[in-house]
Amino acid sequence: MIISEQKSREELQELLEGKDRLFVIGCAVCATVCKSGGEEEVFRMQEWLATLGKETTGSVIIDEACHIMRAGRDLRQLKQQVEEADALLVMACGAGIQSISSNTDKRVIGALNTLFLGNIRRFGQYEEKCSLCGDCILNETAGICPVTNCAKGLLNGPCGGMEEGKCEADREIDCAWHLIYERLKKQNRKGVFARTVPPKNWGKVPKPGRHKIKP
Amino acid sequence: MSRLEQQLAAGQFVVTAEIAPPKGIDTAQALEKARLMANLSAVNVTDNQGANMRMSPLAMAALLVRQGIEPILQLTCRDRNRMALQSDLLGAAALGLENLLLLSGDHARFGDHPKARSVFDLDSIQLMQTVRGLTEGTDMTGKILHGAPRFFAGAAVTPEAEPFELMFQKFAKKVQAGTRFFQTQAVYDVEKLERFMGEANRLGTPVLLGVLLLKSARMAEFLNRNIPGVRVPQALIDRLASAPVPLEEGILIAREMVGHARRLCQGAHLMTLGHEERIADILG
Repeated sequence: MIISEQKSREELQELLEGKDRLFVIGCAVCATVCKSGGEEEVFRMQEWLATLGKETTGSVIIDEACHIMRAGRDLRQLKQQVEEADALLVMACGAGIQSISSNTDKRVIGALNTLFLGNIRRFGQYEEKCSLCGDCILNETAGICPVTNCAKGLLNGPCGGMEEGKCEADREIDCAWHLIYERLKKQNRKGVFARTVPPKNWGKVPKPGRHKIKP
Repeated sequence: MSRLEQQLAAGQFVVTAEIAPPKGIDTAQALEKARLMANLSAVNVTDNQGANMRMSPLAMAALLVRQGIEPILQLTCRDRNRMALQSDLLGAAALGLENLLLLSGDHARFGDHPKARSVFDLDSIQLMQTVRGLTEGTDMTGKILHGAPRFFAGAAVTPEAEPFELMFQKFAKKVQAGTRFFQTQAVYDVEKLERFMGEANRLGTPVLLGVLLLKSARMAEFLNRNIPGVRVPQALIDRLASAPVPLEEGILIAREMVGHARRLCQGAHLMTLGHEERIADILG
């Protein structure tokens, strides 16, 4: 799930300066779960826009705003409302915002900041576990990713900042290498400690990432 | 061969200390401090220590070479990717630097540029392997260097870290990667030091004990709260608290630690924090 949160109202107000008519777009998937761009938040946004004296020409919750073709189709179906707007206010992650901007020449205003790929601990509480590096080492690290969970992304054990199993960068957070060590010990295997891990190949996922399923 | 390498090879007890490059370009004070250390085995030059931006240690260390003072260049993985690290290393060698201390680096979150993007493209072990590769005449991709550098590369270790086994496996990997000497985090617990050196001596790489001058009980408590891997025992805090002149007690404690280093380790690294003129007293 892509974790996102709304930009501050102050920042949004500045972004909306001079834009009196807006078409508001939410996303039915991640932004809905994050309560940053679901139906309820889109409705609240329209209420807030009204208090600023701005008109909402229409709104839509796209079923996966990251789906470029689907976003295009939804915009075409609501062509008139979209055309009437001075700008499109998008309450979706950065990927969703770009699905919209690639389907229109109109000004697109993103209402959210996109944070990370997150797991859900419980409702409203998200944790980053994977950084999408394209070079997965989890099979050796007892299913705990050091690239993500170690503040320095170290690959060969903890730094000198580990103390009582906690991370140097944030004492509230467990040292990933301590967790890996403890779990491998329970599993009675050496795992990643059996070798020196070579420098990571950051070229495996070229920027921007692209992937095509082979037939 | 650097003086540090020669002395360690000869089995001499080595003593190093450290200076920080200035924040700015006025190097007078740093050079003055370094001159007070000129008769030690070598002088560490820190690399944006505590993630606070200062002059490049490469430049500062090269200035020490010009003054006839032998530096140890610290290099962290925090600020440079593998290309920058390799090119700085080649530059360092060309400027006459041989001694290195390779570190992960404190997280940028602690320093004066908390919004910076931390790099950590390599970790300290991978950097050690890279250094070895360079000295053998090839870069990380295997390309041949026109003129290979000569280095004497050290690494850091935190002997009091727990679990011991987890800390020690990294220490052993650093040895395997070609580490020629170690500099420890400050240690005050002699029993823990004995345990660590008992294991470390078996691997044969010299260890310089980190000796951090305690100036007051308050400073000791601050270290315990804020510096990972540093533990000042209550007994020492009490000694500092009840001493008529805490700094003098701190110097006495440092002298005791140097004594333990002479017994257990192959050298000592002094961190005197503005009291460089007392180094002779600490060495006793």
